[in-house]
Amino acid sequence: MNSVLLSGCEAAAEAAIAAGCRFYAGYPITPQNRFPEYMSVRLPQVGGVFIQAESELAAINMVFGAAAAGARALTSSSSPGISLKQEGISYLAGCELPAVIINMNRGGPGLGDVTPSQSDYFQSTRGGGHGDYRTIVLAPWSVQELYDFTYLAFDLADRYRNPVLILSDGMVAQIMEPVRLKNGVKKLPVKKWALTGCRGRKPNSIKSLFLTPGVLETHNWKLARKYELMEKREGRWETYVCEKMELVIVSFGICARIVKEAMEQARKEDIRVGLFRPLTLWPFPYKQLRSYLDKVEKVLVVELNLGQMLDDVRIAAGDKRRIFFYGRPGGGVPTPEEILREIKKK
Amino acid sequence: MKALYAKPKSLTDNIMIYCPGCGHGIIHRLIAELIDELKLREKTIGVAPVGCAVLAYDYWNFDVTEAAHGRAPAVATGLKRVLPDRFVFTYQGDGDLAAIGTAEIIHAAARGEKISVIFVNNGVYGMTKGQMAPTTIPGFKTTTSVEGRNPQVHGYPIRICELLATLDGVSFLERVAVDSIPGIIKTKSALRKAFNCQLEERGFSLVEVLASCPTNWKMTPEQAMKWIGQEMVKYFPLGVYKENSASLGK
Repeated sequence: MNSVLLSGCEAAAEAAIAAGCRFYAGYPITPQNRFPEYMSVRLPQVGGVFIQAESELAAINMVFGAAAAGARALTSSSSPGISLKQEGISYLAGCELPAVIINMNRGGPGLGDVTPSQSDYFQSTRGGGHGDYRTIVLAPWSVQELYDFTYLAFDLADRYRNPVLILSDGMVAQIMEPVRLKNGVKKLPVKKWALTGCRGRKPNSIKSLFLTPGVLETHNWKLARKYELMEKREGRWETYVCEKMELVIVSFGICARIVKEAMEQARKEDIRVGLFRPLTLWPFPYKQLRSYLDKVEKVLVVELNLGQMLDDVRIAAGDKRRIFFYGRPGGGVPTPEEILREIKKK
Repeated sequence: MKALYAKPKSLTDNIMIYCPGCGHGIIHRLIAELIDELKLREKTIGVAPVGCAVLAYDYWNFDVTEAAHGRAPAVATGLKRVLPDRFVFTYQGDGDLAAIGTAEIIHAAARGEKISVIFVNNGVYGMTKGQMAPTTIPGFKTTTSVEGRNPQVHGYPIRICELLATLDGVSFLERVAVDSIPGIIKTKSALRKAFNCQLEERGFSLVEVLASCPTNWKMTPEQAMKWIGQEMVKYFPLGVYKENSASLGK
C-alpha cells in the first residue's frame, strides 16, 4: 500500500490528479492557499492546466469552459470565495456540466475569520445560487477521506453531469496525515455532449436558457428526475453503535471526529452513546438516520455552526423526538472534554 | 449554373429574431462567412453572451456554449486551454464586456489568451430595452438616463480598444463599424485579421464593432446607420489600435 504524509489541500490535489483532473482554476484565500500553490507545480508535471484566476467568478467560469470541453475540472476556495462562485455553480447545474468544487469552510458571515467552521451547510445543501437545483455534498473528517471523496467526486460529477461539492473545513485543509494513494489514472468516460468542434457530428450546444414556453419546465423536470436518482443512490453515512444506547450524537466532518473522541471517553465511563455521521450532506440520509433514531430516547446534534444540519435531523426524526443541540458558531473549535460535558448533561 | 452568393454553412436555417436594422445579424453572418472561408467550422467553439445575442447558438451551425453575463472570456479561457488546437471566440455586447465582465476581458487580454473576441458596441443594453451602457456617449438618452447621459452624474463611457491597447498580452485590436457597405467589408477584414491572429498563435485579439440598435435608439434603421458615422465615431474613432505580427510565444 502506497502511503504518504500530506496536508488536506495536498491530498485533495493528488486525488484530483489521480482521478484524471487536468484543469484547475482558483484564487488565493486562506485557509486553502496550499491548494493553488500545490496545483501550480503539480498540474504542469502531468500535462494539466493551472490558472490563477483574476477572481472567484472567473475561476468557476474557467472551470465551466474546461468542463464544457469535456475535461475533468476543479476549483477550490473557502467560504467568502465560495459565495462568489455560486453564480457559476448554478450555471453548471443548469447546463448539466460536471465539475468539482472544494470548500475549506472558514468562519463567517462576511469576512469572518480563518478558523475551521461548518457554517456553509445551508449554502452547500440548499443550493447556494439561484434556481431550483441540487448538488451532491461530501463531508470528509480526515485527510484520507478528503482524498477518497475528491477522487469519488469526479466520478459522481460525470455520472450525473452535475457539479459536486466537497464541504471540508480549515482544519482538514491544513492538518497532515498519512494517506493511502490510489494507483494510476483510470479510463475517463466519453462525453459525446462536450464541445470539441463538430467534426463528424451535428453541432453541440450547452445552455441553460429555454425561452420557448414549457421548455424550461421540461428541462427542470428532467433535472428533478436526476436529483431523485441521486437521492436514491448516493446517500452515504457511517455509524458507531453500542448496545442499549441512551443517546445518539449526529455530527459531520471534523466536528464528528472530535465527537468520536468524546464518545469513546464517555463509553469508558459507561455512558451509552452512539454516533451517526452523514458522509453526504445532500442527499441527506434521512431514512437511515430515522431508523437509527428509533433505537434511542435522546439525540444530540453537534456542529461548528448555530444549528444548520439540525434542520435535517429534525426532518428525519419528525417532531416527536427530544433533540438537543450543541454548536460553536465560528472562531473556535470545541475540545473532546467540552463535548463530553454536553453528553453528560443529557 | 454557378452560385454567386449563398448562405454560409456556418449559419443555421433558423430565422433570426433581431429587430429590423439591428447590427447583430450582419456580424453573425460575417463571422459565419469567415469560418467557412478559413475552413474552421469543425474546429470552432463559440461562446455566446447574455444580451440580445444570447441565442446565437440557434443561428450558428457549429459548437456553441452560453456563458453567464460577462464571463465569456473566462469560459473561453477554459475551453481554449483544454483544447488549444480548436478555434475559440467570444461574442459579447457592451454591457456584457465593458460593465459586468470588465475584469474578465482585461485579464483574458493581459494573459494573452489565444482567443478572438467580437465586441459589439451599440451603446445601450438592448435586450433589457435600452438602459444606459458603459459605452453610451454623453448626452445620449436612454431609459436610465432620460435627460441624456450627464458625465457629472453618470460618469464617462469606456473606450475598450484604447484601454486594452496598453496590455502586453494583446496582439490585435481594431475598431470598425457596420454602418455602410464599406464598413461591413472593413469589418470582415478586421475579423479575418483577428481570427488569423489566433490561428497563428499570436495572442489575444479583439474587434470592436460599432453597431446599430434602432429600436432602443428610437431611430429608423436608416437614421441609426447614419448616426454611427456621424456621432458615435467621434467618441469611438475607428482604426487599428494594436497589431503585433510576432508571436508572443507559448
